[in-house]
Amino acid sequence: MYAQMVKSTGQAVRTRDDMTVEERAFQDRIDRGEKIEPKDWMPEGYRKNLIRQIGQHAHSEIVGQLPEGNWITRAPTLERKANLLAKVQDEAGHGLYLYCAAETLGVSRDELFDMLHTGKMKYSSIFNYPTLTWADMGAVGWLVDGAAIMNQVPLQRTSYGPYARAMVRICKEESFHQRQGFQVMLTMARGTKDQKRMAQDALNRFWYPALMMFGPSDKESVHSAQSMAWKIKMNTNDELRQKFVDETVPQAEFLGLSVPDEKLTWNEETEHYDYSEPDWSEFFDVISGNGPCNAERLKTRKKAWDDGAWVREAMLAHARKSRARREAAE
Amino acid sequence: MADKVAPKSHASGKFSDPKSEWPLWEVFIRGQHGMSHRHVGSLHASDTEHAIKNARDVYTRRNEGVSIWVVEASNISASSPSDKGPMFDPSRDKVYRHPTFYDLPDEAGNM
Amino acid sequence: MRDTTSALFEFLLRQGDNALVLGHRTSEWCGMAPVIEEDIALANIALDLIGQAKLWLEYAGEQEEAGRSANDLAFLRDAYDFRNLLMLELPNEDFGRTIMRHFLFDAFQVPWLEALSESSDQRVSDIAQKASKEATYHLERSEYAVIGLGDGTEESNRRMQNALTDLWPFAGEAFRDDNIDRAMHDAAISPLPSMLQPVWKIKVQSTFQLAYLTPPDSEFAHSGGRIGFRHTEHLGHMLATMQFLQRAYPGATW
Repeated sequence: MYAQMVKSTGQAVRTRDDMTVEERAFQDRIDRGEKIEPKDWMPEGYRKNLIRQIGQHAHSEIVGQLPEGNWITRAPTLERKANLLAKVQDEAGHGLYLYCAAETLGVSRDELFDMLHTGKMKYSSIFNYPTLTWADMGAVGWLVDGAAIMNQVPLQRTSYGPYARAMVRICKEESFHQRQGFQVMLTMARGTKDQKRMAQDALNRFWYPALMMFGPSDKESVHSAQSMAWKIKMNTNDELRQKFVDETVPQAEFLGLSVPDEKLTWNEETEHYDYSEPDWSEFFDVISGNGPCNAERLKTRKKAWDDGAWVREAMLAHARKSRARREAAE
Repeated sequence: MADKVAPKSHASGKFSDPKSEWPLWEVFIRGQHGMSHRHVGSLHASDTEHAIKNARDVYTRRNEGVSIWVVEASNISASSPSDKGPMFDPSRDKVYRHPTFYDLPDEAGNM
Repeated sequence: MRDTTSALFEFLLRQGDNALVLGHRTSEWCGMAPVIEEDIALANIALDLIGQAKLWLEYAGEQEEAGRSANDLAFLRDAYDFRNLLMLELPNEDFGRTIMRHFLFDAFQVPWLEALSESSDQRVSDIAQKASKEATYHLERSEYAVIGLGDGTEESNRRMQNALTDLWPFAGEAFRDDNIDRAMHDAAISPLPSMLQPVWKIKVQSTFQLAYLTPPDSEFAHSGGRIGFRHTEHLGHMLATMQFLQRAYPGATW
């Protein structure tokens, strides 16, 4: 999945005149397209922002396992079961790569988990929506992964080396996710009357939440300019959202499904689709904890973590005991 | 990922007991094509054997490798960025080490 | 001839259902494991097992000659037609019990699949060779975890001991020969399961020693799963979940 930028630094971009010598040299490196590496000097704001963004991104992958995980035990065929499981497993892997990238900035994975569990760090709003039918596995793959990919592909060029490298690996692995989802959707859309209904229903429920994934409109969004200057964020929210709409609408037409937006029209002049904005009050509700599944998702994650505590402790205790035994034997 | 040697200035242990977290390991994998081991990423594991097993499950899901090295991140020594000039610049002008330095006629074929 | 064929069908169902049922149970862990690395590892095991189930059930369907595919067999049979070991259909409960079940099963599966690799039936041998590599790794992993968790802390030792005590009466079912096994043995398709029990015992006992665990001093074994006579109540619930879509929308393509 990806990191949803609701707020960035909260500060305006610093002008060159305001910068210290180090900051100026740092900005110059970024402007030249050099990668920043863990031991390099970096402004505190850059480090903090990255921890938050990569952490959010990682949390989204881990919480993002749940809505799709909800259907693994009900997948309709052995092949679908394997595909879905492999996909959700990839998400765990992507979370792992991202946590490791965040760790290079001096925060531990356990601390990041703790911040997720205590609500100090967020994850993408999209995972607070329920998956109600098998068609949702299609919609999530097609729309949610589709939106995520749009966000993630440019992040392969992000200025922080470990983050960029994690994104390269993630994008490579994710190429099958959207296709997998679209294929589920296609099968449903070409299927029985019930299946087609399920497919349309899934599109109806996931369309606007998918649009929200790009974050609030740039007009309302708190300054993302500093993040863009630092090449932590590569495109504006609206740019990416427009690109997503432009690519997805023809796919919906191909599926024979209708996008739940009466205002949706092709604009000859701009050569883009005009579309209705999602209901941003819903978005802010979800972000602030009042989405349909917020409480449940967090509870599930916390329970898994707490239930596993004895395992984590025991494996470590065993490692220490074995080392002591080995040393005693020497 | 790489260079996991940054001081853990924020690993204060305020949120979690750092003693209870599995150590971080760096993973190196050699693929099928005879290239040397390459750093592919990191993971957490309780000890060496566990790290190798986890590396197999996390980093070779797509047939990426035939051999795995793991090393505990805290055991890696890395050059510091301020050395970058003296450490790496001397090789920058030795272009003769790179094949593209040698301009050959097309007829010579692919090398 | 017909007898061997239907015995072979039963035999293949046993292999396929073991993999299917345990694969399903293992897949329930996705997103819930104690740590991300274990989550990924368990998913790999589940994927291996689902893959094995598909191969065994495909072959079973062909043997039966009733036009049933692997998916038909997986999703359209009721509990009394399943032929898996009872131990594998029990709910996961905690991570320790999940690992213990894997270990008890893997320690059987490794020598079993090695033996099946030499089967007189080429297809059985092919599937077993592929599955055998996977099982060997599963055993490495589950054995390592049983030792680690058994040795680890007081709490982990207690949990592992409880898991072992609870699962032990289910472990012996795998070694109870019946007519199907004897027919397979006569046709050199498989060894008698009972022939593997000594190897299995040595393996599990040596592991339990390293893990500071003690199996109950009892030879009692529940049975009824692999012969399909009497499953536990849990299988029906598992199938209700697993088969929901195929049952609710008959004939649809997914």
